[in-house]
Amino acid sequence: MNAAEPPAPPAAERPHSPGRDAWLRLRRNRLAVVSGVFVIVLAAICIVAPPFLGHGYADQNLSLGATPPSGTHWFGTDELGRDLFARLLYGGRISLMVGFIASLVALVIGVSYGAVAGYAGGKLDAFLMRVVDILYALPFTIFVILMMVFLKQPMDQLDAWLRQFSFLKNLQGIGKIVGLFAAIGAVEWLTMARIVRGQVLSLKKMEYIEAARTLGFGHARIIFKHIVPNLLGPVIVFTTLTIPAVMMLESFLSFLGLGVDAPLSSWGTLIKDGADKMENFPWLLVFPGSVFASTLLALNLLGDGLRDALDVRAARD
Amino acid sequence: MLRFILRRLLETIPVLLIIASATFFMLRLVPGGPFTAEKAVSKEILRNLQAHYGLDKPLPVQYAAYLWDITPKRFAPWHLFADADRNESPDFDLKAAFGINLGPSFKYPNRTVNEIIADKLPHSLELGLWALAVALALGIPLGVLAAMRKNTAVDYTASTLAMVGICVPTFVMGPLLVLFFALHLRWFNASGWYFASDRVLPAATLGLVYAAYVARLTRGGMLEVLNQDYIRTARAKGAGETRIVLRHALRGGLLPVVTFLGPAIAGIISGSFVIETIFQIPGLGREFVTSAFNRDYTLVSGTVLLYAGLIVALNLAVDVVQVWLDPRLKFE
Repeated sequence: MNAAEPPAPPAAERPHSPGRDAWLRLRRNRLAVVSGVFVIVLAAICIVAPPFLGHGYADQNLSLGATPPSGTHWFGTDELGRDLFARLLYGGRISLMVGFIASLVALVIGVSYGAVAGYAGGKLDAFLMRVVDILYALPFTIFVILMMVFLKQPMDQLDAWLRQFSFLKNLQGIGKIVGLFAAIGAVEWLTMARIVRGQVLSLKKMEYIEAARTLGFGHARIIFKHIVPNLLGPVIVFTTLTIPAVMMLESFLSFLGLGVDAPLSSWGTLIKDGADKMENFPWLLVFPGSVFASTLLALNLLGDGLRDALDVRAARD
Repeated sequence: MLRFILRRLLETIPVLLIIASATFFMLRLVPGGPFTAEKAVSKEILRNLQAHYGLDKPLPVQYAAYLWDITPKRFAPWHLFADADRNESPDFDLKAAFGINLGPSFKYPNRTVNEIIADKLPHSLELGLWALAVALALGIPLGVLAAMRKNTAVDYTASTLAMVGICVPTFVMGPLLVLFFALHLRWFNASGWYFASDRVLPAATLGLVYAAYVARLTRGGMLEVLNQDYIRTARAKGAGETRIVLRHALRGGLLPVVTFLGPAIAGIISGSFVIETIFQIPGLGREFVTSAFNRDYTLVSGTVLLYAGLIVALNLAVDVVQVWLDPRLKFE
């Protein structure tokens, strides 16, 4: 797969840590490196560039209307004359933020749950994993949809409350986004819990854990100081692969009208708008669609690369 | 075998019970009932409406009545596909088949959830079956080909195609296919569900994603099997490559695909929400999303329950097929 690269000169015989080994292996996977750079650059542009564009995401120019891509509007404008490039970057902020934060939510829940189940073992483990099995059997997109409907009112209240404070003006619409974090994070932790539990079960039998126990360390200390750090590999890999899954779910919800509300836009809502108007203004679909798909592709390739580099078997599909 | 199926069936009872209870309480705890969204109705009308649907009773009473209504009381699945009213589509009469009564819809006056499901489900099932057919018919050959020509241009092309297929969401793929095949080439209608040709684009959109997964899994499974001793034996006795693949390797190589069918079915069901919206298909998926927006309690919980039952039943079928393909599993 990887192009033959000259073996690294054995100049400094520094002992390699496992992390350094993994890093070297990852660097040799050109596809993964390109993907990683792509994601980082894209995220950086989405975060930094918008204020310098000269077009806001909500700036309308009705006399201009929808125009195809040009020198001033790189990706064209929509029928309200809003610059698509600016909207894509702002949408990227939201899509990426939902992707990362909801994955973090899933990570925290999944790791704690799986670690406790695996470490406790016995009846508690059997019970906790039975719960996961049951939740697994549920059609979880359906539950996310139900939760978004369920959370609508509290989220609207949160928004109304935030609007009282003028300095939080930029945060309006955040209620819906918080709802998205909660709803998506609540369903995406299951696989993580399973992976972590499996790892913990095998780690628990290792001698250094035995030693820690002999030294009289408490359970919490053993779990979080001695076991969790050794879970890093699978957790990193699986989190990387969760991000695109979450972004897909978010845009799925936005497409169904359950995501963020106008004037805010995520990539999902932009795609939805584009799909409605593609007959006359195809660029409104093509640009958001391809940016979104390539981001997902890059994240997946990066995840695959990390999996190979960290040599994680548990996260393999 | 029978014991395995029976045990699995028993295990589904708590799962379905939890789903039914969760949807029941989730929907009723949401502030704002199904009748509050509309233009303000007078108190008396509201009270009458609530009495009509039994919403005035205490929650535990409602819950008990609901649980009794959804409990299967007979087992006559052949009634599902009977066509009593002769409109050339199966009736899916859950009441006749299992004695399940999902109650009246809150938003469609004079219609029961059973009727709505019988009306909409056949279209969704048809869409799902076509999509599954597309996924298998495209994915398996592609995966086999990639495995047979491992690490060649064919393999890389197939793998790249599959990766791209996984990353292009259905709601991007669908409109793009419409743009090209319907609006540009004018081969198909852009939306609708009337003619046989109307099935092509929706089924392709929904099926392509899963074709990509199937191709990846087939490739992996085949590669593993092709390294086994019995394949070497087959080669040694002089069997041709085609025969080896079709007669000896495929059965074992398809195991990961069969395992994937469970999640794939669940995915196709939720994928249908979007596909039915894009292509204006009068299916249950679109109905479910609308009913969730409308707080049509009974329709939402009825649909969720139906989907859960469907997924559980199909997963059981998948498990049985899996053992049939790989006798080593022997039902755990």
